[in-house]
Amino acid sequence: MQKIINNPQTVVDEALEGFVKANSHLLESTDNERVIKSKFAPKEGKVGIVTGGGSGHKPAFVGYVGKNMVDAVACGEIFSSPPAMMFYDAFKAADAGAGVACLYGNYAGDNMNVKMAIEMAKEDGIEVQTVVANDDVPSAPKDRLDDRRGVAGEIFMWKVGGAKADMGAGLGEVIAASQKAIDNTRSMGVGLSPCIIPEVGKPNFTVEPGKMEIGIGHHGEPGIEVADLETSAEIAKRMTDLVVNDLPFSAGDDVAVLISGLGSTPPLEQFIFFKDIAKLLEGHGLNLYRSYVGDYFTSLEMAGITLTLMKLDDELKTCIDYPADCWGLTQFGK
Amino acid sequence: MAKDHVLVSDLGSIVEALNTTITENKAYLSEIDGAIGDGDHGINMAKGFNLAAEALSGQEGDMASNLKKLSNTLMMKIGGSMGPLYGMFFKAMAESVSDKEQIGLSDFTEMIVSARDAISKISPAKPGDKTLMDCLVPAVESLQSSVDNSHDFDTALNQMKQAAEAGKDSTKDLVSKLGRSSRLGERSRGVLDAGACSCCLILGTLADEVQAKLN
Repeated sequence: MQKIINNPQTVVDEALEGFVKANSHLLESTDNERVIKSKFAPKEGKVGIVTGGGSGHKPAFVGYVGKNMVDAVACGEIFSSPPAMMFYDAFKAADAGAGVACLYGNYAGDNMNVKMAIEMAKEDGIEVQTVVANDDVPSAPKDRLDDRRGVAGEIFMWKVGGAKADMGAGLGEVIAASQKAIDNTRSMGVGLSPCIIPEVGKPNFTVEPGKMEIGIGHHGEPGIEVADLETSAEIAKRMTDLVVNDLPFSAGDDVAVLISGLGSTPPLEQFIFFKDIAKLLEGHGLNLYRSYVGDYFTSLEMAGITLTLMKLDDELKTCIDYPADCWGLTQFGK
Repeated sequence: MAKDHVLVSDLGSIVEALNTTITENKAYLSEIDGAIGDGDHGINMAKGFNLAAEALSGQEGDMASNLKKLSNTLMMKIGGSMGPLYGMFFKAMAESVSDKEQIGLSDFTEMIVSARDAISKISPAKPGDKTLMDCLVPAVESLQSSVDNSHDFDTALNQMKQAAEAGKDSTKDLVSKLGRSSRLGERSRGVLDAGACSCCLILGTLADEVQAKLN
């Protein structure tokens, strides 16, 4: 295992310690060492935005804590949902009396732990409502949308929810906008090489050299097909076809595009891929309103790439253009 | 001749025994999980049971309070899916024995039934979905049938262990319907379910601990 670590059992705690230190202008630790909050939260009267999930996806999840994004995050073990207590502590850290929007991804563990944490928060009088991201197209057929997992589309959900909350919207409005964001978002990924959970010490799935896993999940969950590795243009074609046809996106739609490397696919390849994607999307008559290319949601050192598309209306455009400051995404308006 | 009940006060070491079993099988559970999950089941389980055993070491707890502590540790520290599932499992067991001084077959059955019901409260899993329920439900049914047929406690526990084992083995040919491996569809067939394996180990250890005091 070629990793720069001290102890496989403490990677999450040590990384968080470094992360908070490096971003001390934005972040603070809390009494629960796995709950990190924005320095600007809680803000009187503002709806708190919380997320959480397994670690190993940086910038997700902690990298989206900051100004006008996520207010507090629960950081689980590598690829493993945080316990209920952690979500509960994150709710408490984010709550400013206006309720908490818990915006997270559709995974069995997260669903159970969030559900239990909401019960705990209720006893404290903290109202928590949820939006469960399900943007990953290959993870289940369209007639089983509720079975799809949440992937990089969560970033758009946080961006919209975080902006809406800062504009002063109430909990119901923040939830409605975040739900609209994810309902209008579709993603998919391809994996080219596996990753190693430090405590496991070896890859727990394989992608043979010269092959690619189409529709791979953020934890190496197998996708819909193992195929021979293709050119960027060919991969882009496959992914665009699946994603565009699923919503479906139609000619004339304004879209936000997010391309994320999965950990060890360099920016050079990401921009080649983006160029191919952009050409195809424009071929479908879509207008690229705003594009994001980089390591936005990774899976340790997995090689591969994901495509996320969001169909925009005026409300979503306003939220996407809203300023935000966090390690994973910083922008100063349109 | 085996006795027909055990004293609750004699079962204080149950969490320690569970911890030993899970720790010994840490690599085995992770390896099974690695085939269709993310390979950390053994690590997470061992972490939870180790923490609970550590917190209990040197303390004179009874069975109910020790199981309660194990439950709290799993729910508060472990996360994933197994934290809440086994957390609820052991919490229900603890509550079921909390007002008892001794445990006979019907009490033991009641305890495992309440553990199953607690899991059903937070998870829709049912037999055939390739989850720990494929081990737990046959074990419950075996116990209930032993109660109906007035089997002695020792025999009933042996039969429960067999039912749990067979149930666990049945997951090999199943297609996963729930949890992370369910995204695999047909590709999940051919390997055991890690949750069913840990459940089988847990039920076996519970039975062994009781039987050691019966005989």
